[in-house]
Amino acid sequence: MSTHDHGHDRPQGDVALRGAGGTVGAAGVPARFEDPGLEPHRPRRSDLDPKAAKRAERQTVVLFGVSILGTIVFLAGYFLLPLGSSEAILRSNLALGLGLAFALLGIGTAAVHWAKSLMSDHEVVDERHPVQSSPEVREIAVKALQDGVADANVGRRGVLKGALAGSLALFPLTIAVPLIGELGEDWDVSKFKHTWWKAGTRLATDPDARPIKASDVTIGSVVHVIPEDLEEAEHVLDEKAKAIVLLIRLDERDLKPLPGREGWAYQGIVAYSKVCTHVGCPVALYEQQTHHLLCPCHQSTFDVSEGAKVVFGPAKRPLPQLPIEVDSEGYLVAQSDFTEPVGPSFWERLK
Amino acid sequence: MKALAARRQDRRAPLVLLLLALLLTGAVYAVVAPPSADASAPAATGDDVETGRQIFQANCSTCHGPNAEGTEWAPSLVGVGAAAVDFQVGTGRMPMQNSGPQVLAKDVQFTDEQITQLAAYVASLGAGPAIPTEEQVDPAGGDPANGLSLFRTNCAMCHNAVGAGGALSEGKFAPALLETSPEHIYEAMLTGPQSMPVFNEATLTSQEKQDIIAYIEAQKEPSPGGLELGSLGPVSEGVWAWVVGIGLLIAFSVWIGAKSS
Repeated sequence: MSTHDHGHDRPQGDVALRGAGGTVGAAGVPARFEDPGLEPHRPRRSDLDPKAAKRAERQTVVLFGVSILGTIVFLAGYFLLPLGSSEAILRSNLALGLGLAFALLGIGTAAVHWAKSLMSDHEVVDERHPVQSSPEVREIAVKALQDGVADANVGRRGVLKGALAGSLALFPLTIAVPLIGELGEDWDVSKFKHTWWKAGTRLATDPDARPIKASDVTIGSVVHVIPEDLEEAEHVLDEKAKAIVLLIRLDERDLKPLPGREGWAYQGIVAYSKVCTHVGCPVALYEQQTHHLLCPCHQSTFDVSEGAKVVFGPAKRPLPQLPIEVDSEGYLVAQSDFTEPVGPSFWERLK
Repeated sequence: MKALAARRQDRRAPLVLLLLALLLTGAVYAVVAPPSADASAPAATGDDVETGRQIFQANCSTCHGPNAEGTEWAPSLVGVGAAAVDFQVGTGRMPMQNSGPQVLAKDVQFTDEQITQLAAYVASLGAGPAIPTEEQVDPAGGDPANGLSLFRTNCAMCHNAVGAGGALSEGKFAPALLETSPEHIYEAMLTGPQSMPVFNEATLTSQEKQDIIAYIEAQKEPSPGGLELGSLGPVSEGVWAWVVGIGLLIAFSVWIGAKSS
């Protein structure tokens, strides 16, 4: 059937393809490409020359030797190298890591080299059997199923069928409910609308909670702020995540308060939520000269001199401002909580 | 005593008494007077201020004005303090070489003595932060663990978690801190050069600044993880993984797939 002769067995599957060989299409391209079949077998150097075979064997042994050495280095590193300083840990990590790497790499490369250079490389073809069973076998199987259904009287036991369907339909809930339920530890979204700030809460430094005097905040200063009484919260970190504030003092002449927010700053000191309105990263890269506040995650940029309006990036809303004033002792305090929910948007944000 | 009584009538006695009184006053003052706020730098004398003024007028007044009052293209230096001068001139940022998004550190243009004189002159123009003492900036006096929590809150967003530096907007950047001297780190916090905000002694106390310096000092130890790749995070690590790591995997795949000769 074939016009070629490769001098060895060829799989039967090629026949159908090769049958149409030689038919030439309009553009000089054959209508069907012939299966070239297997390449002629070329003997390797190690097949012909016993010296080359010996060399390949030695190389394989050396590779296995590398693996053995790697294991020894690993064990020596584990038992002998002291830990203590950073340098000692670095040496130990290097010994363990390189030992482990070469221990496995040696086995792998030796196995591949052995198989490639010494084991038989004659091409062997295995025929694939049809997946489908014979018609007789299939007929018997279908018959058995039908007999079973008829025997069990499934058609007439409606309640049983319903119970089966119901139990199967309900079972996925055991997987779905915890999976979805654990996404948020609780579904009370109203918590997002309030933070730990209350009227009169003192602004304090993060993380030491030292209250801040207005007179101590010099122009160009930035203070990372938490509520002074944050430690009293039941879940301190949850509350901190919402209540973090950046306190900045600008030259009062640079500040352009938004209408209705004239009383929210104190002598050029403004306080803005540190939670980005895009996806909630802490916005804290403040450029003193441009009054720009950058978010490190997606480069949203807010202009602190103009109500933290967005001047660049994916954020859609300005950062919420915390209204502040000074108490009788000169410490900065909040006038109230934020007047809008902090952080990224959620469905019920403005409801 | 007799000899002393006899000498009382000497005509040089008032002079000797006057000298003794002056010495006593000086000694008492030296003991009782409050220690200078700036003990490390040699006390600025009138000469220093005068020499500093001359250096200033020769090198800085073109931009900052003949009396450091500032011009439309350079800020006034009244009240910036000696710390600002020591930082800006001591790191080579001033005198500024050319304008750009940011003034870059370069070779220092003045001797330490000249910098001290310049600082004395600028400090004499108005009260401002002084140059910190050697004790204040000694990393050994700080707690690196507390420094970590302060650095994480106040510095890491711009300067990177280990102080390797990072980008800001429009060509500006927060420089790496690992080569910066503790004194200059302290002064930068104190004065807030360029884009950097000010962290005065109330925002970060002297001890807290020292803790931060101790933390940065601790980052200079070799990393236990081996190659740091500049400590820049996902970018350099990603390049390494994609180019070197996946390159090696491809090379191995080709080798495994190739026939043996």
